[in-house]
Amino acid sequence: MKIGVFVCHCGTNIAGTVDVEKVAKAASGLANVKYSTTYKYMCSSPGQALIWDVIKEKALDRVVVCACSPGLHEKTFRKCLEDAGVNPYLIEIANIREHCSWVHRDMEQATRKAIAIVKLAVAKVSRDKPLEKTYISIEKKVLIIGGGIAGIQSAIDIAFAKYPVVIVEREPSIGGKMAQFDKTFPTLDCAACILTPKMVTVSQSKYVTIHTCSEIEEVSGHVGNFTVKIRKKARSVDLKKCAGCGACWNKCPAKTASQFDMKLGKRTAIYVPFPQAVPNAPVIDRGNCLYFKTKKCGICQKVCPFGAIDYDMQDEIIEEKFGAIIVATGFTQFDHSVYGEYGYGKYKDVITGLHFERMVNSSGPTGGKVLRPSDGKEAKDVVFIQCVGSRDEQKGVSYCSRVCCMYTAKHALLLKEHNKDAQAYVFYIDIRAAGKNYEEFVKNVQDKHGAVYLRGRVSRVFEKGGKLIVRGADTLSGAQIEIQADLVVLAAGLVAQPDAAKLAQTMHIPYDKNNLFTEAHPKLAPAETITSGVFLAGACQSPKDIPDTVATASAAAAKVLGLLVQDKLEREPLIAKVDRILCSGCKACYEACPFHAIEMKEIEDRQLKRKRTVAEVLEGVCTGCGNCTAVCRMSAIDLEGFSNRQIMEQLGEI
Amino acid sequence: MKWFISQDTIKGPFQKILEKECGENVRLCYQCGKCSAGCPVSYQMDYLPNQIIRMVQLGMQDEVLSSKTMWLCASCLACTARCPREIDIAEIMDYLRRRAYKKQVIPLEETEVPLFNKIFLRNIELFGRLYEMGLIGMFNLLSGEFFKDIFLAPKMFLKNKIEILPHRAKNIKEIRAIFNNSGKLGKVKRTRLFYPKLVFLNLSRKLIGKIEKYK
Amino acid sequence: MKYAYYPGCSLHSTAKEYDLSTKEVAKALNIELTEIPDWVCCGATPAHITMHLLSLALPVKNLIQARKMGADEVVTCCAACFSRLKIANKFMEDDPAHREKVEKIVGEEYEGEVKVRHFLDVLVNYFGLKNLGERVTKKLSGLKVACYYGCLLTRPPEVTQLDDLEDPHLIDDLMRTIGAEPVQWPYKTECCGASFSLTKTDIVLKLSGDILQMAHDEGARAIVVACPLCQSNLDLRQDAINKKYKKNFNIPVFYFTQLLGLALGVEPGKLGFKKHAVNPVPLLRENGILGNL
Repeated sequence: MKIGVFVCHCGTNIAGTVDVEKVAKAASGLANVKYSTTYKYMCSSPGQALIWDVIKEKALDRVVVCACSPGLHEKTFRKCLEDAGVNPYLIEIANIREHCSWVHRDMEQATRKAIAIVKLAVAKVSRDKPLEKTYISIEKKVLIIGGGIAGIQSAIDIAFAKYPVVIVEREPSIGGKMAQFDKTFPTLDCAACILTPKMVTVSQSKYVTIHTCSEIEEVSGHVGNFTVKIRKKARSVDLKKCAGCGACWNKCPAKTASQFDMKLGKRTAIYVPFPQAVPNAPVIDRGNCLYFKTKKCGICQKVCPFGAIDYDMQDEIIEEKFGAIIVATGFTQFDHSVYGEYGYGKYKDVITGLHFERMVNSSGPTGGKVLRPSDGKEAKDVVFIQCVGSRDEQKGVSYCSRVCCMYTAKHALLLKEHNKDAQAYVFYIDIRAAGKNYEEFVKNVQDKHGAVYLRGRVSRVFEKGGKLIVRGADTLSGAQIEIQADLVVLAAGLVAQPDAAKLAQTMHIPYDKNNLFTEAHPKLAPAETITSGVFLAGACQSPKDIPDTVATASAAAAKVLGLLVQDKLEREPLIAKVDRILCSGCKACYEACPFHAIEMKEIEDRQLKRKRTVAEVLEGVCTGCGNCTAVCRMSAIDLEGFSNRQIMEQLGEI
Repeated sequence: MKWFISQDTIKGPFQKILEKECGENVRLCYQCGKCSAGCPVSYQMDYLPNQIIRMVQLGMQDEVLSSKTMWLCASCLACTARCPREIDIAEIMDYLRRRAYKKQVIPLEETEVPLFNKIFLRNIELFGRLYEMGLIGMFNLLSGEFFKDIFLAPKMFLKNKIEILPHRAKNIKEIRAIFNNSGKLGKVKRTRLFYPKLVFLNLSRKLIGKIEKYK
Repeated sequence: MKYAYYPGCSLHSTAKEYDLSTKEVAKALNIELTEIPDWVCCGATPAHITMHLLSLALPVKNLIQARKMGADEVVTCCAACFSRLKIANKFMEDDPAHREKVEKIVGEEYEGEVKVRHFLDVLVNYFGLKNLGERVTKKLSGLKVACYYGCLLTRPPEVTQLDDLEDPHLIDDLMRTIGAEPVQWPYKTECCGASFSLTKTDIVLKLSGDILQMAHDEGARAIVVACPLCQSNLDLRQDAINKKYKKNFNIPVFYFTQLLGLALGVEPGKLGFKKHAVNPVPLLRENGILGNL
């Protein structure tokens, strides 16, 4: 065994606190160490070249690099070893920066600690075994959960590369929240006009399959080989027969409040959520349908010229295999009924941003007029309150929802456009207009559209004499403000969907205290999760506007394509392995594994001449966390590259 | 120009002292103004509640303690109930009032409330339970409004609502001990009944006011 | 049901009718209220403005007296006393540093063993509206009232834990049980001016004036309160408000126990209606509630 030790100065990061020459000298005295040296920057090209040269010169077969955290450069050094012809798993990184020089000040003590760390690394590397990478196959099919703009954009990108995509959408049509918007900032493009071409592209693509009225029931497997059960809820309309002619919903006698129009308008029990819906077929809301409630009616089935109505349709479970999954489930609005000071959600004329979007939309419940929901009169004085639910540790979420300042400015503009005599009052704390052309947009709203911006939160809104009395403040002038408004629009924040936590648990992905899905790295990997093969797009990861949503959707698609173009997926071999001779089949590891990466297998035991059950590690799923090794009584399961033997050897050095 | 705030003021200890003694995290205030928006008395204040908190954050102890705001606070707790950063603004106002008493800094226009509080507490110390006649009488006398509410007095007597003579509680010695101990433990200087500066300020202000009216 | 009873200074003087009506209602419902012997003033607003420890020590002294008489629950009617007693309890329970200091001042140990309840809480939550409804002998139908809660009954919510913060309903529910018609109005918890009654009467006139105006606008003929200072500000000062703002308010301000007493059949003479500044008798006669008084 010939071990080489390379100690890095890392400029002054390490050398400033640790005497690297002393460390190298001490290392050269350890057992089996045949070469020990220092260098300024081991990760640089000359540093790597140094390792190659020494390996060839001294015929080294194991290497210890004492430098920064392995999280940064372990892969670099493994490759370096591979290029020099040594098995890349015969290297150990001794972290003498984050674990030593960066956390201590006394040079003598730090140097002593660094020497101890190097001793441990040398002990470990002496017990390293050469390992080979494993490979798994990849199913060339992608699942996208969520059919909003994020899911649609990802689907378009992946279909362009000619890979099959399945979109699973909960609502009867794809389009998501963007389909409810009227105009989008800062260009004032009509949301439906820019969304529907994408929806059509996706529906006509031969690579994309859309399942609407569907939800994810179960996910198992691992990257490259996910098995997913999709529950397709009964639409009660046969999509193959329906032509979207409208005969049924025109004649339906049952009416109920429309969720798409935020309950400002009505829809029938058999309905299409909006005119540009994809698929362009209705769905029966069985909870409000007369036939399903009382067995009377049945008009839609009678008038349908294609016989597409099927009352007996049942939920269907579809099981498919996918190579990668993109989660694009989006957001929902903060429920402002927790605010007693704004009426507990009981005042009819206190509405949210989405309500206002539906109101100003020309195909909305009021035909584009801004009316008071209570009496239908046109609203002249409209107060917009920003930061409702956001930046509020007491009753809401602590974060900023990012888009509300911009959409409120847009609402103030649209209000003036729809009603020349209207006046917009915006109560704000800050104006966050950080995107391209956003600041100019806000300036335009204050300039040409006469919106009055008041800096302060609103303490209370109450009804009196048919008007809404709004009591706020303007901290800039030091005044209390009272406004008698016709309509109050609350810029409710963007929060996670109510079942986000459940979906995260089904997908085995982490989520934070606000139920937003956690990305792998907040700066460098915003579109992936720590679970291999599951990627994130859009507002389900954090609140964002449409440009950012489309960007992350394309980012996730690019990552997925990177996965799919490969024939086989390389996996690190630093995973658990079972010694079948020692395994007693007690299932302790099976219970302990958080990733469900262990399965029990029945094998033929030739010695004992009978069948017995042993544990087996699923190589693609195992992340090498070590839970199983900790619980195994027999030490039958062990981690490659981090075995019990190696740890005992290290303990011997302390 | 209203104020010039020097770097020394901002680096001063006032914010830290308040946070430590009062226990409220003033540094978290992001000046949203919800407290000022809901304050029922703010129409008479010179500085709004959120401005007072701002001044505390900037270390402006003198300006804060000599403002009218905290004496006008009615302790209705609307601000505390609604603050999104969960800061107890009413408690901060209480603390500022106590500090003003300690530092003997009372603004010229708001001398009635400090005087009233002192008289009230002295009343309790003497009798154990509130002796209204004594309170009203002494307050009117010392604040210079001798005949305030005089028309209400006969009504109250006739309806048997106010006692003419005081009624001393039996355990008055224990109560006086409580007062003494609170003063000692709270390190508060307890002054005489005739709080000279307050009385003088009150009477002189009222006199000047009357002269101005009759001019 | 037995409780220790802490009246507070005002119930023995300016709010005597509150005390009388409370005792009558308790008698009618067989709730035993035993006044704490040798109780002292709780300090109310002046104490917590001037000396922090004193404002905790005075209520704690009263609670210790209650404990001495063997009670583990104290009922009070005055909102300020309720607030101060509850806050003192909270400090003594949760904050060991304060507890030590206050125990030294008072000279005895106390850890918040005695619980504090408002009489409203006892009636609605413990006695129960259903039981109350069964005992009602005379329904006060046709009487439109605005229920005014003031500041200290619902704030701060973590301490009082009595009713909803922005839209309380306990007194409204009580009024409905006895047949009166509470109006829905937005000034349920707006401040009346509180302790500025003597020192800054102009503030009281403005704030209470706004409350009276709002009640009047929403169609109420009377206001029902649960706090002696609110009653005094709205009732005693109504004349001055009328003079200053050139209004014509004639809105009697009742304590909820007075109306409850009427509904339970207590003799009207014992409920202290004559002690009000704004005479409530004509209104009650108008609605047929009072025969002749």
